[in-house]
Amino acid sequence: MTRLIDLKGAIFLGLLAAFCLVVPVLNLAVPAGSGLHLPTYLVSLFGKYLAYALLAVSLDLVWGYCGILSLGHGAFFALGGYAMGMYLMRQIGARGVYGNPVLPDFMVFLNYKELPWYWLGFDHFAFAALMVLLVPGLLAFLFGWLAFRSRVTGVYLSIITQAMTYALMLAFFRNDMGLGGNNGLTDFKDLLGFNVQSQNFRVGIFVATGVALALGYLIARVMTVSAYGKILIAVRDAESRTRFLGYRPEHFKTLAFTVSAMMAGVAGALYVPQVGIINPGEFAPGNSIEAVIWVAVGGRGTLVGAALGAIVVNYAKTVLTGAMPDAWLFALGALFVVVTLFLPRGIVGTLVERFGGRRAAAKLPPEPAIPPKLAEEGQGS
Amino acid sequence: MERPATALGPANKTKVTDALLYVDDLRVTFDGYKALRGLSLTLLPGEMRAIIGPNGAGKTTMMDCITGKTKPDSGTALFDGKHDLLALDEPAIADLGIGRKFQKPTVFESHTVADNVLLALKGPRAAAASLFGWRNRVAGERIDAILTTVGLIAHRARPAADLSHGQKQWLEIGMLLAQDPKLLLVDEPVAGMTDAETAQTAELLRRIAGEHAVVVVEHDMHFVRALQCRVTCLHEGAVLAEGSIDAVSADPKVVEVYLGR
Amino acid sequence: MIRLLTLLALLLAGPALAQAPDPYAQLAGDGYAEIEAGVAGLAASGDPRAGAVLSALSDGRLLARPSDKALFMRQGAALVDAKTGAPAADDPSLKAVRTNNRVRRGIEAAQGQLNLVSPDPAKRREAADAVFKARDAAALPALDTALAREKDAGVRQAMTEARAAVVLAKSGTSEADKLAAIPAIQARGDGDAMGILRGLQADPSEGVRAAAGRGIAAIETRLALLRALQNVWYGISLGSVLLLAAIGLAITFGVMGIINMAHGEMVMLGAYTTYLVQEAIRTKAPALFPWSLAISIPCAFLVAGLVGVLIERCIIRFLYGRPLETLLATFGVSLALQQGVRSIFGPTNREVGAPAFMSGAFDLFGLSITWGRLWIIAFAFAVFLGLLFVLRKTSFGLKTRAVTQNRRMAAAMGIRTPYVDALTFGLGSGIAGIAGVALSQIDNVSPNLGQGYIIDSFLVVVFGGVGNLWGTLVAALTLGVVNKLAEPYIGAVLAKIGLLIFIILFIQKRPRGLFALKGRAVES
Repeated sequence: MTRLIDLKGAIFLGLLAAFCLVVPVLNLAVPAGSGLHLPTYLVSLFGKYLAYALLAVSLDLVWGYCGILSLGHGAFFALGGYAMGMYLMRQIGARGVYGNPVLPDFMVFLNYKELPWYWLGFDHFAFAALMVLLVPGLLAFLFGWLAFRSRVTGVYLSIITQAMTYALMLAFFRNDMGLGGNNGLTDFKDLLGFNVQSQNFRVGIFVATGVALALGYLIARVMTVSAYGKILIAVRDAESRTRFLGYRPEHFKTLAFTVSAMMAGVAGALYVPQVGIINPGEFAPGNSIEAVIWVAVGGRGTLVGAALGAIVVNYAKTVLTGAMPDAWLFALGALFVVVTLFLPRGIVGTLVERFGGRRAAAKLPPEPAIPPKLAEEGQGS
Repeated sequence: MERPATALGPANKTKVTDALLYVDDLRVTFDGYKALRGLSLTLLPGEMRAIIGPNGAGKTTMMDCITGKTKPDSGTALFDGKHDLLALDEPAIADLGIGRKFQKPTVFESHTVADNVLLALKGPRAAAASLFGWRNRVAGERIDAILTTVGLIAHRARPAADLSHGQKQWLEIGMLLAQDPKLLLVDEPVAGMTDAETAQTAELLRRIAGEHAVVVVEHDMHFVRALQCRVTCLHEGAVLAEGSIDAVSADPKVVEVYLGR
Repeated sequence: MIRLLTLLALLLAGPALAQAPDPYAQLAGDGYAEIEAGVAGLAASGDPRAGAVLSALSDGRLLARPSDKALFMRQGAALVDAKTGAPAADDPSLKAVRTNNRVRRGIEAAQGQLNLVSPDPAKRREAADAVFKARDAAALPALDTALAREKDAGVRQAMTEARAAVVLAKSGTSEADKLAAIPAIQARGDGDAMGILRGLQADPSEGVRAAAGRGIAAIETRLALLRALQNVWYGISLGSVLLLAAIGLAITFGVMGIINMAHGEMVMLGAYTTYLVQEAIRTKAPALFPWSLAISIPCAFLVAGLVGVLIERCIIRFLYGRPLETLLATFGVSLALQQGVRSIFGPTNREVGAPAFMSGAFDLFGLSITWGRLWIIAFAFAVFLGLLFVLRKTSFGLKTRAVTQNRRMAAAMGIRTPYVDALTFGLGSGIAGIAGVALSQIDNVSPNLGQGYIIDSFLVVVFGGVGNLWGTLVAALTLGVVNKLAEPYIGAVLAKIGLLIFIILFIQKRPRGLFALKGRAVES
C-alpha cells in the first residue's frame, strides 16, 4: 500500500546519486590547482560519512521500526571491519616489515608459528566478503534469537547489547586473539589489486560506499513497507498483542536484527580501507551509543533521517574537533539532551510531520502514561 | 512446564471430550496470592458464555491461562478436545483458533484502522511470508467488509491512535472477526460505550455466536442479560454459580458476594 | 648441675663472668677471628650495652685505640666510651674496627640472639623468625635459653618453630630428634616450612622421609585452601567495589526505573570531591588529614546529590516513562560531565592520598589482609545497610516506595511526587558520590573513572533483580567472588569476558534477575 520509494526516499536517492557523481568529478577531472578541486583526503572523509550513514540506516531498521535500541551495533560494524581488515592483511604478503609471506607482521612479532585456523580463507576476497556478512549476521542471529525468545526487551536488551560489545572489546584487546591486539590491523597495501592509497581507489571505494548505502536503504525500505514491516511496527508498539494474533515476535525481531547486523558489517568493511586501520577501540560501547544519536538526530523510523543524521553529526564532529577539540564532547552531550527533549522525532521526522501530514510512515510509539514502566513492574501485585 | 501428567501428551491427538474448551481444576498462585483455586469450565462449540464476578475473582487470570500468557501451577485446559493449551505459548494458541480482546483495548496505535485489520486477518503468520507473501496482496474488500460490520469504514485510513475508546473496542472486535477464531475471549467489551453502542455490541456478539464460541467477561448486567446466554459467576478463583441469567442472579451466594443487597 | 648453676648465674649476674675473656678487648684485637669471638662473647655476656656496641660495629662507628685497646663509639658528633658510655675526647689515633663477611654474619646472629631476650615481644618474635630463616646452629643455646623463659604463647611458638628448623638443618641430629622436630614445622604450614620438609626428603632415614612427606602433603592441602580463601577474600573485596558502584544505581534504576548513564560520572564527581577536600586540608589544616575521607563523605554526597537533583529536574522528569530516551539523554550528560571535569582538572590522574589507617596489612590465619580493602568492604556494607534503613524505616523511604509503586495514588494521598522524585534521584546520585570517595582510594581519579563502572553496575543491578536491594548485594558479591576464583585459571581479562557472557546468558534464562518478583502486573 505504501510506495517503495516515497518523496523523501526519492530526494534522498537523488541527492546520494548526485553526491556520488559530483565528488569523483571534482576530485579526478578538476585539476589540482583549481579552486573547485576536491582533495583526495576529503573524498575518503566523505566516504567515511557514507559508511557511518549505512550503519545508521541499519540501526534505524531495528530501533525505529522494531523498538530494539541496540547499544552494540558498533560491534557488528567492527566485526565487518575486522573481516575486511583480515583480507587486507593477507594481501600485504611478503611486503610487511618482517617480509613473512604468510604471517602478518604482528604475528611474526608475537612468535606465531603458523596462521591461526580462523585466518584461513581470508586471502580470497570472495571469502572475506562472505564473512563480512556472515560473522555479524551469525552473532546477531544467535544473540537475537536467545534474547528475543526469552522476551528480553527494552532497556534490558540495551544493557546486554552493550555488555556484548564490551565483552568483544576486551576480547579483541587480547594479543592471544590473533587479531593484532591493541594495535589492531593496519598498514594495508592493496584491495583486489588496487593500491589502497591511490586516488583512483579512494574515489572507487567512495562510490562503492554510496552504492552500498543506496542498496541498504532500499533493502530496509522493502522490509519496512511490506506487511513484514507493519508487523514489525506492531511488535514495537504492542509486542504481546501480536502474540495473541498468532505472530511470533521473536522471529520478526531476529530477522530484522540479523539483516541489520549484516548491513552494519558491510558498513564496517567499507569503512576500514578508507581509514586504513581497524582496532578494538571500534568496539567501545561509546561508539555504539554515538551511532544511536545520529539516528535520533536525523529522525528514527525514517531511514532517510538516520543516514542524514549520521552525515550531519559527523560533519559537525569533524569541524568542531578541528576548531575547538574541548568543545566537541560538550556539543555531543548537549545534542543527546536537546534531541531527546525537544526533537524526539528528529530532523526528518519533524519535517515529515509538518509537511507530509499523515503519510508519515512510522510514528513514534505512543507514550505510556506517567508511571515509569520499570517502577510499575518493580513492585509485584 | 511443570504440569501434572495427564492422559494426553502433545502427540495424543484423539479427542477426549466434545467440548471446545475444557478447563479443569486450574490453580494459579502469584507470590502466595491464590488467583485461581481449582477453576473448572466447559464450553461447547458455538456456545456463548458470560462470565461475571467481583474484582479479583480470577476472570482475567483465567483468560491469561487459556491464551498461554500465564502458566498455572496445576490443572488441565484442553481445546477442541485434543490440544493441551498449557503446553503451548501464545502464538501457538492463537494459531489453534483462539482470539482475545483485552480489557484495556489494545490496538496498534501507529497503524491505520485498515492495517490493524490486515494484520489480524487469518492467514500465514511466518516472517518470511509477511515479507513478500500473501498479506501484501490482500484485497481491500475483505477488510472493508469487516470494517463495515464494526462500523468503522469511515475511519479506515485514520491512525488507530486517533480513535475514541469505544471505537478502539470496536476495532478490536473487528480484528477478532478478521482472525476468524473458533473461540473468542472478550474481556469487558462495552466499557466506555454508550447504551446504544452497548446494545449494538450485544447484537453483534449474538450474531457471531453459533459459528464461533464466545466467552464474554463483563460487569454490565444489562449487557449480560442482552447476550441471552448461560452465565458463570466466579468468586475467589473458583466457580460460584452457573446457569441462566435469572437463576444465577437469584442465587443467594451470588447476591451476597457480587450483586449486593 | 654445675652447668645449670652457671646458666642461672649467667641469667642473674649479667656482665661479670670471671672465666670468659673480655669481649671488649677481643673486639679491639687485631685479627678477624678475635673480633668474631668478641662479637659472640659480647652477645653471650648479656651486657645491656651489647646491642648498641654491635650496631655501632656493623655501621663502622666502633673505634679502637691501638695504644690501650680501649673501644669508643661515635654517636653523631659525640664520642663515648663503648664499655661505660661515658663521653670521651676525640683522639686522632682512633681506628675503626674492621669487619669482613664472617664478622658481619656473626654480628647479625649475635643481634638476633640479643633480641631473643628483648623485653619487647615483637622484637623477640622477629628474632625467632630471623633464626628460623638463618637456621644457624650457633643460635641454638641462646634459643633454648630464651624458650625456657618465654611466656608469650605466640612468640613461644615462633621459637619452637625456629628451634625445630635449626635442629633439622644442623648436621648430626639424631633421627628421634628430627622426628620430634617435624610436627612443629608442619604446624607452621607455609612455603618456608614446605622448603625445610622438602630438604628432608634426601634424609638417609626412611622414617624421617615418610614423616616429611606426610608433612608436605598436609601443608599443600593447607596452602591450597589458603589460596582459595585468599581468592574469596579478593572476591569479596571486588564484590564490595561492585556493590559500592552499583548501589546508587539500585535506587535510580532499580527503584525508580531511570536509566541513568551518567551514574558513573556521579561516582567520578565523588572521587574528585575527595581530591578537592584533601587539597583544601593540605593547604589549610594539615592536621585534619587523617579525617579527610570522613570529611569527604558528606561533601561527596552533597555534590553528587545536588548534581543528581539538577539532572532530574532539568532533564529526566520530562522523560519519565520513556526509558530509552532517558538512557540517551543521560548519556549526553555523562559526556558533558566527563569533558567538564577534564577541562577543569585536566585529563591526567589526580593524586588522592590514603590516611594512615588505610595503609598496611595484617595477617589473619595466613591470609594477608590489607587495611584499605577491609575498610572499603566495611564501608560498602555500612552504606548498604544505611540505604536499606532509609528506604525501609524512614518516612522519606515510605514516600519513595509509594511514589514508585503507584504514582497517581501517592499524589492523591497528598505526597508531592515531583519532590520525592527529585530527592530519590538525588539520594541515588549522592550514594554514587559516596562510592566515589571509597573508589578514589583504589582507582585512578581521572575523568574516565566512572566509565569503568557503568556497565558493571548495570549488570549487577540487572543480575540481582531490578528493584531488589538484597539482590544487588548478592549479585555484587557473587560476581566479585566468581571473577576472582576464575582469574587464577584463565586470567583477569578472560574471567571478565566469561562473566559478561554468563550474565548475558543468565538474563535470557531469567530476564528479571536472581530475585525476580512474580505476579500478573510484572508480566504485563
